[in-house]
Formats: sequence, C-alpha cells, structure tokens
Amino acid sequence: MALLDDFLVRAAIGGVLLALITGPLGAFVVWRRLSYFGDTMSHSALLGVTISLGFSIDLFIGIFAVAAAVALLLNAARDRVSLPPDALLGILSHAALATGLVIIALVGNVRIDLMAFLFGDILALSAEDLALLAGGVVVVWIALALIWRPLLADTVSVELAAAEGLRTRTARLVFVLLLAGTIALSIKIVGVLLITAMLIIPASTARMAAKRPESMALGAAGFGIATVAGGLALSYYANTPTGPSIVMLSAAIFIMAAAISLGLGRMQR
Amino acid sequence: MDSPLVSARKLGVRRGGRWAVRGVDLGVSRGELVTLIGPNGGGKSTIAKAMLGLIAPDEGGVERAPGIKISYVPQKMAADWTLPMSVARFMHLTGGAKEPDIAVSLEEAGATGLADSPLHALSGGEFQRVMLARALARRPDLLVLDEPVQGVDFSGELALYDLIDHAVEKHNCGVLLISHDLHVVMARTDRVYCIQGHVCCSGAPQQVAENEEYARLFGPGAVGAIAVFKHDLAHHHGHHDGEGH
Repeated sequence: MALLDDFLVRAAIGGVLLALITGPLGAFVVWRRLSYFGDTMSHSALLGVTISLGFSIDLFIGIFAVAAAVALLLNAARDRVSLPPDALLGILSHAALATGLVIIALVGNVRIDLMAFLFGDILALSAEDLALLAGGVVVVWIALALIWRPLLADTVSVELAAAEGLRTRTARLVFVLLLAGTIALSIKIVGVLLITAMLIIPASTARMAAKRPESMALGAAGFGIATVAGGLALSYYANTPTGPSIVMLSAAIFIMAAAISLGLGRMQR
Repeated sequence: MDSPLVSARKLGVRRGGRWAVRGVDLGVSRGELVTLIGPNGGGKSTIAKAMLGLIAPDEGGVERAPGIKISYVPQKMAADWTLPMSVARFMHLTGGAKEPDIAVSLEEAGATGLADSPLHALSGGEFQRVMLARALARRPDLLVLDEPVQGVDFSGELALYDLIDHAVEKHNCGVLLISHDLHVVMARTDRVYCIQGHVCCSGAPQQVAENEEYARLFGPGAVGAIAVFKHDLAHHHGHHDGEGH
C-alpha cells in the first residue's frame, strides 16, 4: 500500500489505534485508581526491553512478560505486605526503571536508542507495528466487552460483585494482562515515561462530559484520537518531539474541559 | 422446612492472630428472616461475609445451595465521582434485574425520583434506599443485608423494614439481616442470633429477650423496650403479633 509508505500516515494510524486501546482501558485505570500502578508497570518495560535484546526475543513479548510479571507480583505483595500501597508502588516503580537503565548501560555492546524507549518514536512505526497495534485493538475491545460487567461491578464494590456471583478474579486478571499488553504496544509510540498519560488524561477529560461508564470509555478513545492528530500536527509544523507533543496537547485539552466543567459547576465534590 | 439456602457449621474465622468468631452454627431458609445482633466488632459482618464466600473459613464450613441468586447490601460502600453512573444504570450493575421489577423496587423504596441522579450525588439515606432497591429488584433467593438502614431517618427506616418483610412474604426469599436496631429487629425477626465472638444466644425474639446473655449484652433496659415497641407495631403488622403478650 503506497499510502502506508508515508511515515506521517503510519504515525497517524498508529496513534489512532493506540488511542482506541488506551481510551477504554484508561477509564478503568482512573476508576480503579491505578495510575501509579500503571506507571510502575510501564517503568518495568525498560527491563523488558533489555531482556528482549539480551535473549533475542520479540520486543513485544519481552515487555509484555516483564510488565505482567511485575503487575502480578505487585498484586500478590499488596495482600501480604503491610507497607502502604503507594510506598510499595514507589519502590517497585523506581527500582524497575533504575535497574533497566543500569542493565542497558552494562550491555554496552548492544546499541540502544534510549531516548526512543523513554519518550517513544511514533515516526518510526513500521507496517508490521501497525498490524500488531490493529490486532491489539481487536483483542482489547473483545476482551473488555467480555469482562465488562464483572470488572465494572468489581470496580464499584469488590465484595458486592463477588457475593452476587460474578467472576471478578478472572476479570481482574484479564484486565492486568490487557494493561501489560497495552504497555508493550505503546512503548514505541509514546515511550516508557509517557504511557500512563495516554491512559489517564483522555479518560479524565471524557469524565467531564460522560453520564455513563460506557460513554466515558468511548469518549476517552475519542479524546485520545483527537490529541494524537493534534499532537502529530504540532510536532510536524513546530518541529517538536512527537510523544511529548501529544501528551502536552492532551493535558491542555483536559485543563480546558476541567475549567468548563468547573464553570458549569459539575465537578464539585 | 426445606433445606437451608445457606448454612454455617462450626464456622470459625481468624483475624489478626485471634478468632474473630468461632463455633458458629446457623442457617437461613426460604421465607425466613434471620437477624444477627451484637456489639460492634463482635463478628457479625465477618459471619455474613464468610456465608457469602467472601472470606474463607479457618474452621468449620459454609454451604450454599447451588444455583441460588444472592443479593448483598454491604455495610460500607461509597460511590466515587470518577465513575459516572446513574441510579438507573446502577440497578443493572451485576445483572439479573428486569426493568419492571426495577421500577417496582425503586417505587417501594421511595427512590423513583432518583433514577436519573448520579450515584455519587446521593445522600447517605438515599444511597441506602437505592442499595436496597437494587438488591430487591434482582428478585434474589437469598438477601444478605449488613446494616441496611444506616443514615435513613426513623420513619423511612420502618418503611424499609416493611420492604424487607414484604420480600420474605411475597417472594419467599430468605434474609440474613445484620442490625443493631434492637427494637425493630426483635419485633419482626423469625430468629435472632446474638453474636459476640460466638453465638451467645439464639432463638425466637421473645426467647432471646428473656435470655440472661441478651440482658448482659444489651442491658436490662433492652428487654422492656422490645415489649413496648412490639405492642405498638402490632397495630399495623398483624402477622407479627401473637406471642409474648
């Protein structure tokens, strides 16, 4: 396809596909107060990168495996350690990031573009990357549709959902795996440090206008697509780094939406 | 009486290195309203959670009849602003509720006008009405209610207890109720269990009221209070009188 030959077109398609994934998942990240949890998972992605390169396995699989392992480890630790969750996350998050950076430095013979992994390089997306992202959209949307009811009920009340017979444990596990997959997919686009922004900011913006959980999830995808398009344009014309441009624009839209919402008196507690 | 919907046998649960409750035997059958009373921290909620399968017992066991539909009103639950959800959407949270039943339940709980309200904007009393309406709208076989009328004003409280009675009589469900509201509870319950780490005493309300363990737990004043209140209630709840007068 000649159209896909243009790196800018590939970037736009990749960004839109990623927004379709991070929108609905991000809504759950916001509802379940998992933004720092997501941060910890994405910081561990750097460790996944080094493992992938060290053992010559696919980048997606390496990152996915490490992010999923860290998430499951966190969940297991949270029930057993009396340290408050935010401290636990802070320790693991920075430990993962630091360890990743140290190992990358130690493996000196492998040339790694560190900046690309930290901040992403959406302009370098290949046609294969797009195919992987499209597959990700299909998997995430189907899986989310299947676990929507138990996961949403579990988000509202863990005990109520479990007592009334919903399979909440399975739903939570699937959700964490989807999150790990999303991190593995998005590292090339926005990088380790900005992935959580793609999850949280569009969802928070969508909250301002949403009256139902479903409309917030879809609205998040919509805002995500708009910011990807705007961020790409900004980056193209102003010659700014693409990932940060997308996130900055996303935050600007959120602030505007919050200001309007406050003006309408809809965000008061 | 048919076999119980849920039953505990020699149930014991440990919390923080000591027994929260131990040696609990109790069951709830269809058409039966069973109440747990007792001081705070005595283990009432722990028993209910173990019977729902939310906590694994450390001793003894819990048996639930297979395939029964359970509705639960937990004691502590708060709606969060970040999740946009109307009362109408909340009615479908765990599924199993039909629209006509939802309309009836909201109406009976005095919450019809709240259908379009966001959950996080409700007052404490309104929230409890909505919680009860949601639980009832599912037409459960077993209803587990943990302090379901907290924050509801006194006249509203009586109406909600009427609603629970109604569910038992009309839909023949079994109810496990946790309450510290001695007056109302003692007047309406089929069986009462006083819980303080174990079952201190149990039986029909009148029997329990005469038990010295009951007087020890709640003070001698509690015994007299029931009789008076019971007499009062009998005027509009004919089916509950007939004993102890």
